[in-house]
Amino acid sequence: MQEITAKELNYLRRKALWVWKETLAIHRRAPETRLASSLSVIEIFVALYYGGGLKFNALDPLDENRDRCIISKGHGSICMYPILADLGFFPLEELNNVCKTGGFLGGIPDPVIPGYETVNGSLGHGLGVATGIALALKTKKSDSDVFVVTGDGELHEGANWEAIMFASHHKLDNLNLIVDNNNISMLDHTDNIISHSGLVDRLTSFGWSCVEVDGHDIVAVQKEILEQKNTANKKPKAIIAKTLKGHGVPGLENASLSHIMNPKPELIDELLENLIDNLLEKK
Amino acid sequence: MNIKPLPMRDVFLEKIWNEMSVDSLIFFVSADFGSPVLDKIREDFPDRFINVGIAEQNLINISAGLAIEGYKVFAYAIAPFITMRCFEQIRVSLALLSEVRPMNVNLIGVGAGYSYVVSGPTHQCYEDITIMRALPNFQVLSPADHITTSFLFNSCVAANGLRYLRLDAQVQPAVYLLKPPVISDGFHVHNKSNSVCLIATGFMVHTAFKIEKEMSSNGIKLGVIDIFNITNFSKKNLKKILSQYSAIVTLEEGFRGRGGLDSMLFEFISESKLDLKTLSIGVDPGYSFELGSRDELHEKVGIGVQSSLKKIQPFVQTVMNKIKE
Repeated sequence: MQEITAKELNYLRRKALWVWKETLAIHRRAPETRLASSLSVIEIFVALYYGGGLKFNALDPLDENRDRCIISKGHGSICMYPILADLGFFPLEELNNVCKTGGFLGGIPDPVIPGYETVNGSLGHGLGVATGIALALKTKKSDSDVFVVTGDGELHEGANWEAIMFASHHKLDNLNLIVDNNNISMLDHTDNIISHSGLVDRLTSFGWSCVEVDGHDIVAVQKEILEQKNTANKKPKAIIAKTLKGHGVPGLENASLSHIMNPKPELIDELLENLIDNLLEKK
Repeated sequence: MNIKPLPMRDVFLEKIWNEMSVDSLIFFVSADFGSPVLDKIREDFPDRFINVGIAEQNLINISAGLAIEGYKVFAYAIAPFITMRCFEQIRVSLALLSEVRPMNVNLIGVGAGYSYVVSGPTHQCYEDITIMRALPNFQVLSPADHITTSFLFNSCVAANGLRYLRLDAQVQPAVYLLKPPVISDGFHVHNKSNSVCLIATGFMVHTAFKIEKEMSSNGIKLGVIDIFNITNFSKKNLKKILSQYSAIVTLEEGFRGRGGLDSMLFEFISESKLDLKTLSIGVDPGYSFELGSRDELHEKVGIGVQSSLKKIQPFVQTVMNKIKE
């Protein structure tokens, strides 16, 4: 596989930073949105949408030749709003209307949003429906792939495991699961609820091709996405992306109750003003 | 049309097999539930017959995924499991998603009411009409015989939509040998009178015929209507017919007063401003572990011919007296 150039890397990092900033800005305007779980998944979506992993058509979101991207962790995908707007799925001005009367970008994204395929937010539904789509695409002999992004908390829903068994039995190697493994559910770290340690081994033992990556290392995420997508081994694929919930926001990052925490508006303002350059340096 | 009564399930599966031969967009998905006719589908269309295993949540999710990609899906399982085990999957990825993504999914539930006689309350199904009719975008279909079942199949493949078809697991006598049911109305008028009309669905249509016969032998004429589309019947035509009556009796093999056929009709009467007295014949709410024949079980829970007559006779008498006044 071709190595990423310094220019491409810079492009991806700048996009990730812009999305991070826009996500904070959206949350500042619409505090009803879930911030922490939208911050852990940014590099994953940027790698998918800007890194060449996902085929999409912003002008015709249901283009038959697109890859299907199912965003199962509904509330934790507010960061998708700036991405979809930036790519032309809808006007950037809509980002000012999140959770407002007359807008269509809600606290939990709905499939009326161009670029969203299915109903999410109620957790544990995305992987099963994605598996049905993958079966349909195989039957149609389509070249398109199916990506599905879940949280790790929602893997407690048993329906996921029905789909996990089904996908490997039916050799759905066009199905790509990415788990935003931030280790935190709504009330606590998943290790204190029902642990997901050993997730790679679990999925591997279910017949999946599974790897673990640093979910904030955008190059690593992009590399795995492309590598898995280009591997036809008759196995469904999974990337366990180790992430931090509330990534980059002091007090929120990795806090056990981060899912329901709203940082103070002043903190968001300060972050937006001062920390951007530092973060860019850090990366 | 077959003269000999046949299992609704086999008639439906036979029609699916025929249609799958000419329409490559049909998928048949089962939650490890079969029938001898199903073997034919399994053998002849191995790529479009999927057994998801004992996993109804996945049955619905896989069906939704196939359907939004343009396949016409028939999902097949035992009635209580295909409705209640996976209700949120049905709500989210079928009823809700169909608002924005057109789809054709038909849930085929076998074992309406007490048709799994000796299997007890886990396999019997008295709540499905109630919970399925709560969902917008779903049609609830409840045939009384294999002929109606066959006609309803035609509407399942004719257009996109979401349907729940509840089939009896036992062979029931044919109702529509001489004249086909009026599918477009969603109900069919069998007997007419000008006082009391029995409105029944599924197995209870046969019970209604027996009650009508018994009452008729005592000189009292009753109307009988078979309603097989619980959600999408012609309101206009039903209103026209019921406006000739003074009272209705609803008959269902489901819980009485819990949002099923009775509630649906009482809401309809109120909404249509019809002046009708009402009586509901349905299962006394509660679960029973008793064993017996279907008729015996029906008598115990208040929906057998005799237990129904005990409630219907005085009701009809009161209505008749009122008419005479």
